[in-house]
Formats: sequence, structure tokens, C-alpha cells
Amino acid sequence: MRHTLATRLWHWVNAAAIIVLFMSGLNISNAHRYLYWGDYGFDPADAWLKVIRFPGWATLPQHYNLAAARDWHILAAWPFALGLLFIWIAMLVNGHFRRRLSTRMSDWSVSAVRASMCAHAAGSTGADAGYNPVQRILYGLVFGVLLPLMVFTGLAISPGFEPAAPWLVDLLGGRQSARSLHFIAAWGIFGFAVLHIGLALADWRLITAMLTGGHANHEESAA
Amino acid sequence: MTGIPRRSLIAGIAALGAGACAKIAGSETGQSLFDAAEGWHRAAHRALAGRQALAPEYAPEDRSPSFKGNGSLTVDSDFYRRELAGGFPEWRLAIGGLVEQPLSLSLAEIRALPQRTQITRHDCVEGWSAIGEWTGPQLAVLLDAARVREEAQFIVLRCADVLYGKPYYESIDMVDAYHPQTIIAHALNGEPLPEKNGAPLRARIERQLGYKHAKYLTAIEAVASLDDIGQGKGGFWEDLAGYQWYAGI
Repeated sequence: MRHTLATRLWHWVNAAAIIVLFMSGLNISNAHRYLYWGDYGFDPADAWLKVIRFPGWATLPQHYNLAAARDWHILAAWPFALGLLFIWIAMLVNGHFRRRLSTRMSDWSVSAVRASMCAHAAGSTGADAGYNPVQRILYGLVFGVLLPLMVFTGLAISPGFEPAAPWLVDLLGGRQSARSLHFIAAWGIFGFAVLHIGLALADWRLITAMLTGGHANHEESAA
Repeated sequence: MTGIPRRSLIAGIAALGAGACAKIAGSETGQSLFDAAEGWHRAAHRALAGRQALAPEYAPEDRSPSFKGNGSLTVDSDFYRRELAGGFPEWRLAIGGLVEQPLSLSLAEIRALPQRTQITRHDCVEGWSAIGEWTGPQLAVLLDAARVREEAQFIVLRCADVLYGKPYYESIDMVDAYHPQTIIAHALNGEPLPEKNGAPLRARIERQLGYKHAKYLTAIEAVASLDDIGQGKGGFWEDLAGYQWYAGI
């Protein structure tokens, strides 16, 4: 499959931003390792989740430093959020979304999912047909739900942004709910990244294609 | 590869990237990039919301059952203990710096000013939130009474508490200083401010994180620059640990 320059550029900038955001986010999580629902929450007795203390090797910086972690988080939020806006506009303009990511009702059926899995397992890849229903649904959820949810929950927990859109915080169920959703969506993206990297490593040509753009008639398997 | 545990490999890659990040963070370019990103957030917040946009206010039943105290929980001095026991009869709040009319107000004088009561959410930089009802005069009323001079760019909030051997202080710009919800609170939930929450006076800077809401206030100072205040970064935590001066993120 060929990748446009816009896709490739966004992909790698976004990958770097997500790594920085995720690792600095784990450092920030260590500052108060309790998650709550609703507007307020400070008493561990009210927490719905007691989060583990993330070890230094998983965090940015590699030791607990809330101020430095926030520096990274505040910086990387810009390429992440503006990048998402950019790729959405690019996907809508160049037809990528319509051709490769949009789903039909029939794609959401159990039989379509099973057919995707069977075809994939059997090694039939259908390069020219593009992504199969499972891939369309997964990528669609990542672009349409997980990534925007990260941006919106991040904005919602910023007290300086809140006066611009107080309805956003209400919509998310209050600031502590938004903070919990921010945490959950981050792990959702982590889960996707593990799957995504694992499948791409199974066929390294997918990785070079994301760097070079790939060849029109390249036979491919799909990750 | 088989000899290397997968976790060590991941940790090794993470450390490599983190090492590069540490280099960036330690460089002057890295620091100015962080400062720039912080400034973009402030500019974006103010452009999107407007400079005088209000933080949400809550109904009485939305208040949290208690209000967590954090950072300094008291002031370690005999004067403070005497004052606390006696209802702060001798406590004064000075308003000075770049003003035409320096003031020194007692608690009774502060309570006699026009008051604002607001139920707002307090968000700590650590991540937790509490909701309480605060009462006190708007900072704008005090600044107008002292007639702040044109050249003033920042308001410095001086405190009685000492942390790690340094007096606590904070600063805000004139946009936040004159914001209608920026008050000098002497009451929480209808009662005099509790000791752990900054008795007798604390600032409420409702669109920023908790460390800006200086407690145990002794003085308000109008200044043209923050360079000569503390270590020059505009606040206790900013000086001590590099926390962001704009705490609206």
C-alpha cells in the first residue's frame, strides 16, 4: 500500500510525540496515583483505581520529577494535537478516510470480522483492496475515538482552558472523570501501539513503506 | 538476543531515548522550547476563552466533604500560633511596591470591604481536585484602593510560611490580578480559613493550579519585573523545582 507524504510525516512526528507524552504521563501519574469519577477527588478512599507506581525506566525523565515531566508533556501536546488536526484534514481532503478507513454497516458484522481474520491467517492479503474490515474498524476507533479523546480530556483537565469550554468538562463527567478517561485512553493507545508495532515487525516492508512511501505494486501483508 | 530479557531490552531502548531527552531538557534550547510551549498554551487559553472568562462555579451541594491541605500546613512561628489562637488580631496585609498609596490592612478591614463568594474547584498540580466556597474581597478592589502605577506588570503574593528554608511566594500577571474571581479569601465554606488551608488569608487564582493560590498572605506587591524577586522565576516552586510559572495547564 502506498502512503502519501502527509501520512508518513504525521506518522513519525506523532509516534515521537506519543512516546514523549506517554512516558512523561506515567511520571505525572506517580504524583497522585489515584483516579476518581466526578468533579472532585483527593481522598484515596474515594478512588476507583489505585494506580501502580511506574518505575523510572518507564518514565520521562527517568526519575520522579513532576515539573520536568510536565515540561515535556506541555511541549509534546502541541505536535500531538495539531498533528491530529492536520492528518484529519489531510485524510478528508485526499480521500484517504473515505477510501481506506470508512466502514460500511456490513463491515461491523461478526462474519466480516471472522472473514478478515481467516483471510489474514491464510496469508491472503488483498493488497489492492486496502484495509480489511477489522483494520478499518481499529484504525477508525484510533483516529475517531482514542486520539481525539486524548486531546479533549487533556484540554478538559487544564484549568486555564476550562473557561473556554466548560461544557467539555461537564460532557466528560467532571474534571476527575476527564482525568480518569485521559488515563484510560492513554492505555488504549498503548495497547494499539503494541499490536501495531508487533504486526509491523512481522513484515518489515511495512515499516520501510511508512518511511519511503512504498511501491504501487508492492505485494503486501497488512498490519 | 536470546540472552537479553525482553524487559531489559525495552528498558535499554527507553533509557537511550530518555538520555537524549535529558540532554535536550538540560540544554538552553530545550529550556527555551519548554518556555515557548508554556507561553503558547497561555496565549491559546486567553485567545479562546477571553481574558476575563470565568472558571466554573458550583452549587453548595457540589462541594467536597472536606478540603485537602497540601504544601505548608501551618506557619512555624510563635507569632503565628498566638495569632491563630486569638483570631489573628495583629495580622496585617501590606499592599505596596509600585503603588501610589501603600496600605496595611487588618483582617477586620479586609472583611469590611465589598466581598465576593464563589464555589470553585481547586486543582492541584499533582492531579487531585477539591471544591469549596471561598469568601473575600477581589484583589482588584485592593489594587484600586492602593492605586497601582502604570509600570506594574506583575503582582507578587508574599507569604508567612517557610518551606525548605525559603519563604513561600507566588506571582501573577495583571490579567489574572484583575480577574473578577481573583480574591483574597478569609473564609472557606462560611468559616474562617482553616490553618491547613492558609489562615488567615490566601489567594484564589481560579484559572490556575493550586500552587499559585498562595496561603498565609502577608503582603501584596506590584512590580515591573520578577527578576529580582526570589530567584527570579516568579514563585517558590518555580524557583525550587522548575515548575511552570503559568499554571493554567
